[in-house]
Amino acid sequence: MAEVEIIQPGLFSSIQDLGRYGYREFGVPTGGAMDTQAAGMANLLLGNESEAAVLEITLQGPKMRFLDPAQIVITGANLSPKLEGKELENNKIINVEAGEILSVGRRKSGYRAYLAVKGGLQSKIILGSRSWSPGITPHNRLERGMKLPFLRSESESSSKYSAVKSDDYITSAVIEAFPGPEFELLLTSEKEMLSKRHFSAAKESNRMGIQCQEKLENSLQPILTGPVLPGTVQLTPSGTLIILMRDGQTTGGYPRIVQLSETGINTLAQKIPGQKLQIKVINYK
Amino acid sequence: MAKFPKIKRMGERAILLEFEPEISLEILEKVLSLKKYLQENSLKETVDITTTYNLLLVSYEYAIEDAYSEVFNLWEDFSRTNISFKIESRLFQVPVCYDENFALDMVEISAAKDLSKKEIIGLHSSEIYTVYFTGFLPGFLYLGGLPQLLHFPRKIHPRQTVQKGAVGIGEKQTGIYPQSSPGGWNIIGNSPVPLFDPEKNPPCEIRPGDRIKFCPVSLEEHREITEEVRKGDFNFNFEEENG
Repeated sequence: MAEVEIIQPGLFSSIQDLGRYGYREFGVPTGGAMDTQAAGMANLLLGNESEAAVLEITLQGPKMRFLDPAQIVITGANLSPKLEGKELENNKIINVEAGEILSVGRRKSGYRAYLAVKGGLQSKIILGSRSWSPGITPHNRLERGMKLPFLRSESESSSKYSAVKSDDYITSAVIEAFPGPEFELLLTSEKEMLSKRHFSAAKESNRMGIQCQEKLENSLQPILTGPVLPGTVQLTPSGTLIILMRDGQTTGGYPRIVQLSETGINTLAQKIPGQKLQIKVINYK
Repeated sequence: MAKFPKIKRMGERAILLEFEPEISLEILEKVLSLKKYLQENSLKETVDITTTYNLLLVSYEYAIEDAYSEVFNLWEDFSRTNISFKIESRLFQVPVCYDENFALDMVEISAAKDLSKKEIIGLHSSEIYTVYFTGFLPGFLYLGGLPQLLHFPRKIHPRQTVQKGAVGIGEKQTGIYPQSSPGGWNIIGNSPVPLFDPEKNPPCEIRPGDRIKFCPVSLEEHREITEEVRKGDFNFNFEEENG
């Protein structure tokens, strides 16, 4: 098995695939890449399976040494990645020689970058997924000295695809959402405020959930605890919006006013704390 | 009159079925019967079915165009068949050590409720609790049946870390923390049993519809069971029940 060694862990990085399915009834979060579009793009460009595990890098990246040759692609946020000090482009296949050092620098756009390796990272499959998740897998974040195994690839990928989808969703300030189960309980004025007001993520936000700094006045009562999903926007009695993300819990007791679209979740995953965003409620077809 | 269950979409890949908003065994039986029916009747494989007191959520791995009609048709078939499913229930004996080493909030509850420690343990361990669903944390069981005398508000300042296995009381509920986590419930004991094991499939032994009874154990017994769990020798003690 080929390996990449972590020299510096950076702010927060973890191994993620598309998540675990079929275990929410046991209280197990789905997990998986916060921005599934960027993770999927990285695998697609390399010709990996769509469920291959990638490294999710949040804001400040790790520094790592490839102990074996590899082909890699970086997608999502532009965090000025460098190989041996030489700046790299996102969405391009890069050939890495054994011993070369990959590092991540200054943020140019987005919040989370994805590093895919041809063949996929080989973290242990637990409950159907390679995704790291607190309380479920032995690790939930990258640490100094870790050696991440990946499959040594036999064939080299050539750029069969260039970046086929636009990265506009990464910089968009608009988050699409569908009406949630309790949306109709909001007053018309409250619905209007939800769409008009700018929100931004608080510092405490993480893979479990994003709390908004701005409040939305409301008179909704707590509900009987009910199922929630990644992308469920809960409204607390004090008016705080809590948006559940990929590692979010499976049930919750606050009214679920809107449900983000998949693109909405991916866009939100790319917002740094404090960045303005607007929720656009769209109707079901 | 609203007709139950109501069927609502929840985003691009999930459908929510709502029964009457109440906590009752009757509703639980409806919810779990419908879940069983959906699982047995060809819902696509990559589906999660999450249930709570009165709600059932079907969520797909990918956005599916006709998910809504698939669930809706199955629901219609289910309601036409008019079969009342018996929920297979098992009664689990769950050991709890109420020793002061674990029972961080026992003194406070005892004083506030004017109940002795012995009375609190007696009340807590003589009841049979029904498992309504699993949520909040992997393996966290929502139990119904806490005696009213033991209802007690959550702590004003939640603890940063509640120990794995901690047995707590929060408002009208009691439960066991399956892993260390921040938490606001009042802690009155600790159970050494493994409620969630990611290395096993399914990862939880105790299911919605099962019932549990807490059995007081000493510190020494708690230690012994912990050791059994560590070695992988632990087996749950339960008996089958019929409806």
